[in-house]
Amino acid sequence: MSRDKHQIAAAIAHDIATAHPDGAFVNLGIGQPTLVADHLPEGSGVVLHTENGMLNMGPAAAEDQVNPDLTNAGKIPVTELPGCSYFDSAASFAMMRGGHLDVCVLGAFQVSQTGDLANWHNGAPDAIPAVGGAMDLAIGARSVWVMMTLLDKQGRPKIVPECTYPLTGVGCIERVYTDLGTFEIVPDGVVARDLAGTTHDELASLLAPVRLLRP
Amino acid sequence: MLTSYDDAVAGTADGSTVMVGGFGMAGMPVELIDALIRQGAKDLTIVSNNAGNGDTGLAALLAAGRVRKVVCSFPRQVDSWVFDGLYRAGEIELEVVPQGNLAERMRAAGAGIGAFYSPTGVGTPLAEGKEVREIDGRTYVLEMPIRADLALVKAHVADRLGNLVYRRTARNFGPVMCTAATTVAVQVDRVVEVGELDPESIVTPAIFVDRIVPADLVAEEEVA
Repeated sequence: MSRDKHQIAAAIAHDIATAHPDGAFVNLGIGQPTLVADHLPEGSGVVLHTENGMLNMGPAAAEDQVNPDLTNAGKIPVTELPGCSYFDSAASFAMMRGGHLDVCVLGAFQVSQTGDLANWHNGAPDAIPAVGGAMDLAIGARSVWVMMTLLDKQGRPKIVPECTYPLTGVGCIERVYTDLGTFEIVPDGVVARDLAGTTHDELASLLAPVRLLRP
Repeated sequence: MLTSYDDAVAGTADGSTVMVGGFGMAGMPVELIDALIRQGAKDLTIVSNNAGNGDTGLAALLAAGRVRKVVCSFPRQVDSWVFDGLYRAGEIELEVVPQGNLAERMRAAGAGIGAFYSPTGVGTPLAEGKEVREIDGRTYVLEMPIRADLALVKAHVADRLGNLVYRRTARNFGPVMCTAATTVAVQVDRVVEVGELDPESIVTPAIFVDRIVPADLVAEEEVA
């Protein structure tokens, strides 16, 4: 069985907590990566950062908690956790570029075998370009991970030899979590682990000419 | 310092560059924008994180046909139909800037920095044509300051000198915009006497603020 988005989010949450037993400063991109917050173990010490100027962001606000002055990067009303802080946009992005965030999880259209990320523009000539904080996050956090399905809607792999969509960042992705497995970007190729509903050989032929390595 | 919405935007010239605070609607200075619509300045360049939400605030200024160009990080949203329509009709120019570069370019303008090298956007279409430099083994792109003729900002409380505190994530671009514009107009929920704000908690010091519109005094008709 392949992993659903909740199982992928749970795998990411597990790895954050394991890699950072004393807690971590983490930014979750808009969309599916926000699910990771629901799977962080109790007492993980993870502090969530939101680009619009807050640390220790709490869960989405219930209907009676909604405050229009308190939203996340996706403009969804959220809540405060004890120890939260607010800061302006320049300070928020200094936290990214300055290497102060431990982990960032982003969605993606494509990731190349050398860790290039394409996630802001689908390349269509009539699309309205919108980048937000994606380029700053992609090059800023110490570990930048991607959460996505391995195949696009046409069944084409999204881990590719070279991105064909416009780039968000160059060589910035360390790890890719997908429904069919988790992939580490390493100098010699891409290491596949935690395969779900597939085999190494199947993945290797699916992703070729990307060089798939065993753990 | 204390004034009305209309007086706060008086004298805005056609062709001005105007910074508009807010992340979506959080921190959007809606009443100051409405005053700018009444004031009538046109051919404006707007610098803001987004390009309007729904039909109010920045979206209303765009719908009024006053804006020539938008400089922002994220124009396309579920409720950005006003901008989307103008863009697709070729009636508005767009410069997309990564959000951190947008904030830092304003910060640079306000801090007197001539330009700066940023790692954000290197190797992407948004760095095309820009000077690139390697420093200590990392590649950076040269980014220029963004300054404005007018900044419209929303804060929570001001004192009568113009010291400001904000509320939660409505702060966002307000503090850097206050430093980067020739004239800074700020709407606040209420104004307090000098000395009532905790000096340790002031986010924007009064030196950066020119005009304050306190919603409480406007409601009581104490500012004309």
